[in-house]
Amino acid sequence: MSTTASPVRARRLPPRERPGAPMLLGHGRLPRVLAGTALVVLAAVWLLPLVWAVATSVQSEQDVAKPGLSPFKGAFTLDAYQQILERGNVTVWAANSFLVAGLVTLITVAVSTLAAYGFSRGGFRGRRLLLTVTVAAVMVPPQLLVVPLFEQMLMFDLVDTYAAMILPQVVAPMMVFILKRFFDGVPRELEDAARLDGASEVRVFLSVVLPLSRPIVAAVSIFVFIGAWNNFMWPFIVTNDPGLMTLPVGLATVKDAFGIQYAQAMASALLAALPLVVVFLLFQRRIVSSVATTGLGGA
Amino acid sequence: MTTTTPVGAPAPTGERPPVVSPRRRTGRRGPGPLFVLPFAVPFVLFLVWPVLQGIWMSFTDSSLALRDTSFVGLDNYAEAFGDPDVWSSLGNTVLFTAASSVPLVLVALAMALLVHSGLAGQWVWRLSFFVPYLLPVTVVTLIWTWLYQPDVGLGNELLGALGLEPVGWLSDESVAMWSVAALTVWWTVGFNFLLYLAALQSLPTVFDEAAALDGAGAWRRLWSVTLPQLRRTTVLVAMLQILASLKVFDQIYILTKGGPNGSTRPILEYVYDVGFTGYRLGYASAVSYVFFALVIVVSLAQLRLFRQED
Repeated sequence: MSTTASPVRARRLPPRERPGAPMLLGHGRLPRVLAGTALVVLAAVWLLPLVWAVATSVQSEQDVAKPGLSPFKGAFTLDAYQQILERGNVTVWAANSFLVAGLVTLITVAVSTLAAYGFSRGGFRGRRLLLTVTVAAVMVPPQLLVVPLFEQMLMFDLVDTYAAMILPQVVAPMMVFILKRFFDGVPRELEDAARLDGASEVRVFLSVVLPLSRPIVAAVSIFVFIGAWNNFMWPFIVTNDPGLMTLPVGLATVKDAFGIQYAQAMASALLAALPLVVVFLLFQRRIVSSVATTGLGGA
Repeated sequence: MTTTTPVGAPAPTGERPPVVSPRRRTGRRGPGPLFVLPFAVPFVLFLVWPVLQGIWMSFTDSSLALRDTSFVGLDNYAEAFGDPDVWSSLGNTVLFTAASSVPLVLVALAMALLVHSGLAGQWVWRLSFFVPYLLPVTVVTLIWTWLYQPDVGLGNELLGALGLEPVGWLSDESVAMWSVAALTVWWTVGFNFLLYLAALQSLPTVFDEAAALDGAGAWRRLWSVTLPQLRRTTVLVAMLQILASLKVFDQIYILTKGGPNGSTRPILEYVYDVGFTGYRLGYASAVSYVFFALVIVVSLAQLRLFRQED
């Protein structure tokens, strides 16, 4: 648990159901029953669309089209999944999504962490101006850039390339801002001590600063990855080649092609949803606490 | 190196460093500009430049179909202000923002309060509320297209079970925007929920405990102790939500393409339609900057409100 040693403003989540901690309900029976009922109803409403989609995906197209409120109207079958996987598109798009989201995350986190540290420690000309412009850029809606960025990609002859999908996404002023705020709270004594021992600036960053910032870097990585994985508009505009498309874009192009084949539509939707849901299940605690750590998260 | 060691040594507490610090003089006591460069280059290339380029384009008749571009002054802006489609799509954007933001804040608050009340099964609740936020937009729209399917979709099946008439969820002009808002609430409420949950978990428990000792019941403590302490969080969540809702495009474009009859088309989809379907990049830029102006006005208004809260 070396991570807790860092002077992050991270508020560790209290262990769940620590006796006496959340005492909102008191000891009365009625509030407890009411709250429990409300919670169960809300959770059921939120899970219902997913349950419905799963049920649809494991039936035949004919059974799915039958009227009735029962989620299961026929025999269990994995035909829809088999057909989707045989067609192969979804696996290609998933691979593209992993490639694009992975590289975007790697590059974004690397350049943002370096920049935030540089901004925080300062000592060079133009820092104030660049920092001000970066903070102001948080307000710019990415959609505003779409038209000129597309022109730019035409100019560089990058339309329909991975580079065009990835490069514009690595600019994340919000993440730089969040990370800088973190570094501002890290005392410089450790760095200075390493410098005195003759460590180069790169060495200081890699062996002193970076280990201290693991929790915040993890939090930022998670949000950048979710954002890149789910990003739709930019990859949609800059790719026409189905072999390059990411999952959200590829699925959008075939949405109409599914017609009334809802079992297949649900099967492909669930296959596309699976990777991030698995990641969430693995890192649930970290994701929940990272919202607290970054304050603003990926918003 | 050895000669500089005594100078740069961490000063004992209480001792002030010399006025001209060695850090300044040697110029190598800190990461320096090279650390910022890998961010600054793409930042200027893919953000600053496009912003400026977009402003320039908005004063031209730039087009995907024509090679020659000429300066047209304020023509695009004049056209935008007289364009009924700009006004109707702005109206749709505002309607969507209102219809989605209010439940996205209130439902998230209710979820967080309920989960925080400490009932068993924490991870089940968190998972149920947050999982939709992890789904790519296309997955969400595929699932909801199926739920909204007019003949055998879950929505109309439920209405039928209640003895009600079926609804044209995405085909009725007066209903479609609300269907889109409902989808959006389901999809993104999990993020606001987590913001509230984090805030609740960081609240000091002393006030709550004191009120409980004084005999205040659960409701009383919720209204008089917990909710007032969440004021700042609520302002923050609402601010972020309104800005996010104003930027709606993806789910509407995939779900309805702005239809039926333009009743769900938000301003950003109009920008897309004009620029990439109609090839008029110059005019599309002008419309997008009208929208940006709106975003800035809303942000500044919110900042003022936020300051007043302090």
